[in-house]
Amino acid sequence: MKTLTVSVVTPDGPVLEDSFEMVSCKAESGELGILPGHIPLVAPLTISAVRLKNGNDSKRLAVSGGFLEVRPEKVTILAQSAETPSDINVERAKEAKSRAEQRLQSKQDDIDFQRAELALKRAMNRLDIVG
Amino acid sequence: MASLRDIKTKIDSTKKMKQITKAMEMVSASKMNRAEENVHSFLPYSEKIQEVVASIAQSSKNIDNPMLNSRDVKKTGYLVITSDRGLAGAYNSSVLRKLHQTIKEKHNSTDEYVIIVAGRVGYEYFKKRNMPIVKSVLGLADQPNFADIKELASETVQMYINEEIDELNIYYNHYISVISQQVTSKKLLPLTNLQEGTVSGSQYEYEPDQEEILEVLLPQYAESLIYGALLDGKASEHAARMTAMRSASDNADEIIGDLTLSYNRARQAAITQEITEIIGGVAALE
Repeated sequence: MKTLTVSVVTPDGPVLEDSFEMVSCKAESGELGILPGHIPLVAPLTISAVRLKNGNDSKRLAVSGGFLEVRPEKVTILAQSAETPSDINVERAKEAKSRAEQRLQSKQDDIDFQRAELALKRAMNRLDIVG
Repeated sequence: MASLRDIKTKIDSTKKMKQITKAMEMVSASKMNRAEENVHSFLPYSEKIQEVVASIAQSSKNIDNPMLNSRDVKKTGYLVITSDRGLAGAYNSSVLRKLHQTIKEKHNSTDEYVIIVAGRVGYEYFKKRNMPIVKSVLGLADQPNFADIKELASETVQMYINEEIDELNIYYNHYISVISQQVTSKKLLPLTNLQEGTVSGSQYEYEPDQEEILEVLLPQYAESLIYGALLDGKASEHAARMTAMRSASDNADEIIGDLTLSYNRARQAAITQEITEIIGGVAALE
């Protein structure tokens, strides 16, 4: 089966570079599945899990603040953070989650509210992937 | 002339000082190597994001994104990257002096500009002079992660989007080589030089559309530029500190040499004097 090269890059360095048969991820406009030979595409990603499939194997990554660049044989995911399940610090994510929840409940001004919401999303996403 | 004992104490203390500067030199050397690696591992990200941003900016001429358009400058933002600790030679003073001069030339009152500062040295410098610091990040790690600077970067970009500032300039030391770092000032926002970048020529489909992608992408791009400057600055900091410590060690060597010479001279003088006294004594007896 045909494969495409996937590389995941963050400001702290490359996270992963390998061949996969399919990439599926959640863009701002909805779920996207990329197979080899896809037309060139750019789409921003939500804070979500990216699934990389190879036969029956599949890998999951938690990404936030990223976007996806697709070329026929290559997919590049640029994200401000991208973590494999083994990189995720569960304790920290749990702490971040409870902190964000507290903040959301104490209803402060809009900016803090938005920020807490984003933090909560990131934490839940991480826990989801480890989960 | 100082006594023998005084000179001896001085030699000993200079030797101790040299041990410390030598150790700091080696610590900085290893930190500098790490910092250089960080700069290299950041390169793929920055190149890619620049490529994508440039290709979108070029393929669509009539984009109306505030981050790309210049507007009348009522308030300027200055972002300056300094270190938290001293003993880095001219690292901090040169970048601070340059920024201070620019501000003095361009602005008459403190209402016309704001300063965003990374590093304690810069923070105290501007605070002492009562200049408006709106944001600061202190105690950055020697090998900072993107997460460490993310908040500062995104808040700064947000200030521009909210029109609290109308342009953003960044001041930092650019790392050229171990012995040479150059104070660099760059205009970060609005992003004006996107059209210059090299483009791979591939045309993309945009999902949902170009403008919405730019809305997400440009802040990320600006943040990545800030992070890149920080990494560059950190590499320069360690290089500057290493060079400063090396010249301090060299200096200590020189002082030890001089002192040893005068120590020997003083010792010889004392011996000569003693002999003269004895001979004088003997001559008096005859």
